[in-house]
Amino acid sequence: MKTLFYLTSALVVMGLAFWAYQENYRTQAALKESAALKREIGTLRETLAVLEAEWAYLNRPGRLAELAEINFDSLGLLPLRPEQFGSVEQVAFPPPPMLPVTMPIEVAGHLKVGGQFP
Amino acid sequence: MIRTPLRPLARILSAREKGENPDAIERENLRLRHEAMRDRMRHRAEGRLFVLALCFVCAYSVIGVRMGLLAAGEPSEVQVASTGSEIVAQRANIVDRNGRILATNLSTHSLYAQTRDLVDPERAAHELSLIFPDLDEAELLKDFTGSRKFLWIKKKLSPEQMQLVHDIGEPGLLFGPREMRLYPNGQLAAHILGGASFGREGVHSAEVIGTAGVEKQFDAWLRDPANKGAPLQLSIDLTVQATSREILEAGMKLMNAKGASSVLMDVHTGEILSMISLPDFDPNDRPTPLVKGDPGDSPLFNRAVQGVYELGSVFKIFTAAQAMELGLVNPETIIDANAPMRWGKFNIKEFRNKNYGKLSVTDVIVNSSNVGTAKMALAIGAERQQAFLDKLGFLKATDLEMVEAPTGKPLLPPRWTEISTITVSYGHGISSSPVHLAAGYASLLNGGTKVTPTLLRRPNPQPGERVVSERVSEEARKMLRAVVSRGTASFGDVPGYAVGGKTGTADKPKPNGGYYSDKVIATFATVFPAHDPKYVLIVTLDEPVETSGSTPRRTAGWTSVPVAAEIIERTAPLLGLRPAPEPEAEVAVVRTSN
Repeated sequence: MKTLFYLTSALVVMGLAFWAYQENYRTQAALKESAALKREIGTLRETLAVLEAEWAYLNRPGRLAELAEINFDSLGLLPLRPEQFGSVEQVAFPPPPMLPVTMPIEVAGHLKVGGQFP
Repeated sequence: MIRTPLRPLARILSAREKGENPDAIERENLRLRHEAMRDRMRHRAEGRLFVLALCFVCAYSVIGVRMGLLAAGEPSEVQVASTGSEIVAQRANIVDRNGRILATNLSTHSLYAQTRDLVDPERAAHELSLIFPDLDEAELLKDFTGSRKFLWIKKKLSPEQMQLVHDIGEPGLLFGPREMRLYPNGQLAAHILGGASFGREGVHSAEVIGTAGVEKQFDAWLRDPANKGAPLQLSIDLTVQATSREILEAGMKLMNAKGASSVLMDVHTGEILSMISLPDFDPNDRPTPLVKGDPGDSPLFNRAVQGVYELGSVFKIFTAAQAMELGLVNPETIIDANAPMRWGKFNIKEFRNKNYGKLSVTDVIVNSSNVGTAKMALAIGAERQQAFLDKLGFLKATDLEMVEAPTGKPLLPPRWTEISTITVSYGHGISSSPVHLAAGYASLLNGGTKVTPTLLRRPNPQPGERVVSERVSEEARKMLRAVVSRGTASFGDVPGYAVGGKTGTADKPKPNGGYYSDKVIATFATVFPAHDPKYVLIVTLDEPVETSGSTPRRTAGWTSVPVAAEIIERTAPLLGLRPAPEPEAEVAVVRTSN
């Protein structure tokens, strides 16, 4: 009985050791992966910051005004002025839809000079 | 264990034979036994204490070593127990009210040299001087071959420059990562943002600290990691700022002015939507302050905040409003404005020595009569005038969130005598900044509650204390509207926006007393729309002169007013303000007699 107990304990200890060993390596792998991901996030954030800065630089109002002036022929952009505000009343209603033609009738006849009505 | 008996028979017997007391032997043995027991116990206790002490020593030395390592070692990011670190840059962005970037960071590199590792210092110095024309080859070589071991060469490098330095292939030239502050909009909002520079520098990183403006005011906040990189949102509108700057610059050139400033402010929230001071500078490359001459001529000088000027007739509306608030007059009260008015040894004259005779209060404002205003001020008295101006914030520096704000301290008469009361009533003898004026106009005209100017986004109206009643505020707006529709500021009318405003042309004081006759500060303070106030705009031109006529014109009506009108016409649509017809005066039946 005692031998069996010792044997089981030894086996359990070995099993636990094996499990701990595996967990240890899995944890380390996960840590490594998270570190790599964090590095990647950091690089991406840095790139994003650079892109945002570049976006802000390229969209600075002075440059946009200059571009609008250069491309005036094709775009025709002008600064916003008060006259450009419209009101809803100024928008025309769409033309009323045509009535559906259900029974076509010949209305334009052929009139012969000197002819007779039937 | 063999116990020594307490009464060993042999010794007892021999003691009995000698007639000694055998109990003495027992006592003696008992003592010996106790002594032995005590020694054993002490030994064991000492052992235990020793082990315990060893444990403590070990524990404390581990803690000590760990602390030492943490203190002395390079900081590293937490690897395990973090929920996705949020800190992106060491300094938060600054954005405008719509979230457009005003200031951001860019990662770049610095260049330094470890002179001991330099293989060929002469070649390195030569190549570096080719890449950076501002570096002197001889000086570099002297540094490289001298006693210095470490040397900063450049604080910021562009990627192209970095590649060129790489191509030299010198192992002693090294790069350190750097974060640099970038202002993508250049000169726009330069005075508001201020600028940034490097604080403490190390090889691996450097502090970025604000040197002026908002950057310095909010330095601690911008660098606080607890904000998790949240940007600082200002009240500035980038588009409005750009448009205003463009027009103001053109107006400044057209009117031959040497400087100009404009402040556009929301009358209810106190938010400053645009604030421009010209000439300005590029915060990416902040110029050094002037060492001699007038600091007011430096482009670093913020005319809108730091520049305190005698702003002239724009103050008249305050006098009129206070007189109405105190019940001394109403808009139709007739005032004797017979010029010139004699007060002690002083002569109060009108512009171009006119004489308006008897005027209603509205016409005093419309014609900008000094004498009429002086009469009202005398009725108000020095004390009440002072208290009223204090309420509007004219007696102390503004609370604007900029480090420069406290330097814009108003200049007040040293003794508030009756003649001071008279001159202050039409804006002479009291110097204040355009931001002061904007805050004063906003407080007076928004319905009569005090607003403090702010540069931060605060969308809610300020619950300020009441300065004047709602009715007086409305009467004041009507008067200002009359100034534009039929008075000195007729060029200021923008159809659809019901502009109301007051001009002010003040002679510039000479540095050693007296006033220049041909140098003025021309100010136009406006509120629009006058019937439903939304914004206040202050435009100030420094030494303008308009030369289209036969004689040069310097009054605000010819200089600042057209510029302000153009700014309103262009920025009001950008602010989403729809042009609307002015409401007609209400028709009411008035009982004139019983």
